Amino acid sequence: MRSIRTRLLTILIASTGLVWLLAVMWIYVSTQAEVERVLDARLTEAARMVNSLLAEQRIELALADDRESRPTEFQLQDPSYERQLSCQIWSLDGTLVGRSEHAPEDRLTDAGSGFSESVVDGETWRVYAIENPDLGVRVMVGDSLHVRDRLVGDVVKGLAIPAALILPFLAGVIWISVRRGMSPLNQMADSLSSRAASDLRPLPDDNLSKEIAPAIHALNGLFRRVEEAREREKIFTAFAAHELKTPLAGLKTQAQVALASQNGEVHENALRQIAAGVDRTSRLVRQLLDLAAVEGTDRAPHPAEGVPSDVVRRILADMPAAGERVGVEADDKAVARFDPVLLELALRNLIENALCHSEGKVVVRVRNARHNLEVVVEDEGFGIATDDLPRVFERFFRGRTQSQTGSGLGLAIAQEAIVRMGGTLTLRNRNPHGLAATISMPAQTAK
Amino acid sequence: MRILVVEDDPVLLDGLSAGLGLAGFTVDAVATCEDAYAALKAQSYGTVVLDLMLPDGSGLDVLSFLRQRKNATPVVLLTARDQVQDRIAGLDAGADDYVGKPFDLDELAARVRAAARRGAGHASGILEWCGVALDPARQTASFEGKPLSLTRREFGVLRALMERPGATVPKAMLEDSLYGWQEEVESNAVEVHVHNLRSKLGAGFIKTVRGLGYRLAEEGS
Repeated sequence: MRSIRTRLLTILIASTGLVWLLAVMWIYVSTQAEVERVLDARLTEAARMVNSLLAEQRIELALADDRESRPTEFQLQDPSYERQLSCQIWSLDGTLVGRSEHAPEDRLTDAGSGFSESVVDGETWRVYAIENPDLGVRVMVGDSLHVRDRLVGDVVKGLAIPAALILPFLAGVIWISVRRGMSPLNQMADSLSSRAASDLRPLPDDNLSKEIAPAIHALNGLFRRVEEAREREKIFTAFAAHELKTPLAGLKTQAQVALASQNGEVHENALRQIAAGVDRTSRLVRQLLDLAAVEGTDRAPHPAEGVPSDVVRRILADMPAAGERVGVEADDKAVARFDPVLLELALRNLIENALCHSEGKVVVRVRNARHNLEVVVEDEGFGIATDDLPRVFERFFRGRTQSQTGSGLGLAIAQEAIVRMGGTLTLRNRNPHGLAATISMPAQTAK
Repeated sequence: MRILVVEDDPVLLDGLSAGLGLAGFTVDAVATCEDAYAALKAQSYGTVVLDLMLPDGSGLDVLSFLRQRKNATPVVLLTARDQVQDRIAGLDAGADDYVGKPFDLDELAARVRAAARRGAGHASGILEWCGVALDPARQTASFEGKPLSLTRREFGVLRALMERPGATVPKAMLEDSLYGWQEEVESNAVEVHVHNLRSKLGAGFIKTVRGLGYRLAEEGS
């Protein structure tokens, strides 16, 4: 599992280290340049000083022609640099006429005048030379690059070692800060992990930090929705239990009546009631399965081109007894795009509903405009009481004008199916009496 | 005994009417709360069998309607919602018993009898008076240890009297407990049944109180 804390720590420590490293490099480069500049200035200064001392004859040089004499050795004024700074005085014809203590005996440079670098006795030297034509000598002052590098290294070391010592301490401070910064997340995790599955109370949302508040609000919203869904499910289960157990109780009671009674008439009535009860129960089971099917999230609509009135006729073919009460008004050639399964489900329930709630004729009208399919189911029953209208789409809700066979699921199924197809179902009481259920849905055809 | 059954499922309602009728009850059957209120206002019942989920409300509303009117008629609740908390809610609302669907008809009849018996203050299911014993559960009767053959109506009249020993029972009340709404009350029917009972149990067993009704003979007389 990837931890945000580890991630934060890694990023912070790595970036801090990188900044330190860049700073050290920058200091190294700039120190080196500065040391170079200062030491070069010293070389120039020292060379000029020796040159002027020669001119004033403060240094006695060995005679150029005296081959036996050793070159004059002299001391440069700055004692702290005596080991580093070397000076040679050469005559223009190539004889070493003087040199400082510890200076190498080989010629420091072959260049005429100005700065140059050369390797003498395996050591690299930086040399400044001045030619003095009046005295016929060349003054060379140089220092070893090795010494220079050591100087720069000492300066950088003096900076880098404290920095390296500070880094672990800094890492510790970062670790503690990250830990403290993450504590609201840990608290949330703790309070969630110790929760029972049934505990859907919202998490406390006061004094929340800005970053965690959206997560908490989203979680609380989710809890609320789960709670609502669970409540709906509980009500649905209670209703379903009632709706399924009641007809079973009816069947059992009638069967016991048939067994207990010797009277032929009672017997026959009980058996007739059992047959009717089985019909009702099987319709209810079919509707519950329909509802489960239409509510199944994986059932996406599969629109196809077809003739809507064919769907109506197919439904009516399954209800031979009710068929003659239903009239269909439709253009038989009109083609529309719709999901035949969902439309059949919706229309079957609306037509059954109309037949249940009225004695008279039921008319199904199909109107097929260019982009819209409209199907109206009209009956001549009592309609729906105005204050029941908002509740009729609820599962198992049976209006006051209850029928003997309804389960209160038909309208819920029809609405669910139509909404799935992107349409709407509206109910309207007719004048003088009856109900009109209107399906309206997008049904774009290729034409 | 006349009982009211409130149940909206037509098959079950029909089955209950027939089945409880066979068990010796006179059954009035209604399908809505509204009809139940009307029936309870018009008539007093030995017991009410009440479904909880009704199309126009809850059976608990009918129950509280009864109890608010200080009506102590025993109530047996009939419901598919038989979780423990549902039972508790029903019993606490004033119900006497609770039967979950689907149920056994004989058990329901026994529970209705038990509720009625407790409502009337009897401990035993067998009614006894001056050597006559009535068993409402089996609908059998005996007189001084020997089986006694009674018609359904005769049994009903004797039972109504033996449930209130010593008290004078009005003729109208006897008629009520014998005939439901659907049945036409035959004139003089009660007199005929009393006459037949007297011929089986002795002329002095049932006394006529003129203008008021009937009562059983004093015990020991």
